[in-house]
Amino acid sequence: MLFDIEVKISLKSGMLNPEATTIERSLDLLGYKVQNVKTDDIIRFQMDGTDEEEIKNSVADMCERLLCNPVIHDYEITVVKDSA
Amino acid sequence: MKIGVIRFPGTNCDRDVAKAIELAGLTPEYIWWSEDNLTDYDGIVIPGGFSYGDYLRAGAMASITPVIDGIKKLVKEEKPVLGICNGAQILGEIGLVPGVFITNEYPKFNCEWVDLKVSTSRTPFTKAFKNNQSISLPIAHAEGRFFTEDIDLLKDQDQIVLQFEGKNPNGSMEAITSVCDESGLVVAMMPHPERACEDIFGSDDGLNFFKGFL
Repeated sequence: MLFDIEVKISLKSGMLNPEATTIERSLDLLGYKVQNVKTDDIIRFQMDGTDEEEIKNSVADMCERLLCNPVIHDYEITVVKDSA
Repeated sequence: MKIGVIRFPGTNCDRDVAKAIELAGLTPEYIWWSEDNLTDYDGIVIPGGFSYGDYLRAGAMASITPVIDGIKKLVKEEKPVLGICNGAQILGEIGLVPGVFITNEYPKFNCEWVDLKVSTSRTPFTKAFKNNQSISLPIAHAEGRFFTEDIDLLKDQDQIVLQFEGKNPNGSMEAITSVCDESGLVVAMMPHPERACEDIFGSDDGLNFFKGFL
């Protein structure tokens, strides 16, 4: 069974995000008044398997070992059965 | 003494580092990322550059290569390891030194000479300096802002090696730009000592870091 996986990686709350600050400043240049801009990274992929829980554990392992740096990042994992 | 200079795809300070090692009276040898047996080496330098294009995060891809296993084994044998710029980011990623080096507060690529304070001379690479001595080295990075979850622990264990003096060009926590492991044998530094090894470059303060392997 094929699963669609999405990993959303964000900076831990309170961490300075220079990219977001720059976006906020640039939007201001265009005349838009926005606040609290945040940016996240999303990584999507597919995995073959039978057990959703097993896949989630495996993806969490990927996050800890490579996809995220636990010192600065939080991550959210979404696993859904491929509809196709 | 033979000092290994690690090369990843995207490393670009390797030849400057090898030259600096020669100037210090040592023998450099290049090591490709796929090598995991480093037992022949008396010390290791991880040079700067953009390993694996800085994909995911600076140093993230390099941190899972076989050569890292070899480096970890050398560290257990108490051999000195110096990570410069991207090499420092890699040492942070693999957790051999505490903290991480992330996008500068003002996210431009910062390339300039800076004044630094030697905060501890207990590491092999800073042993030629006095505590609190001022030195001058170039920096060249966009991701050099030091961050750690436990700054007090670093202070208690004397793990802060270099701090910016006068100004803090990247917003690093307490202006820290170099840290070491608990033993002091593994040092990660954002400034480039290999670019300050001869008077003709404006300073030879950097040469002492490489003489530290002796």
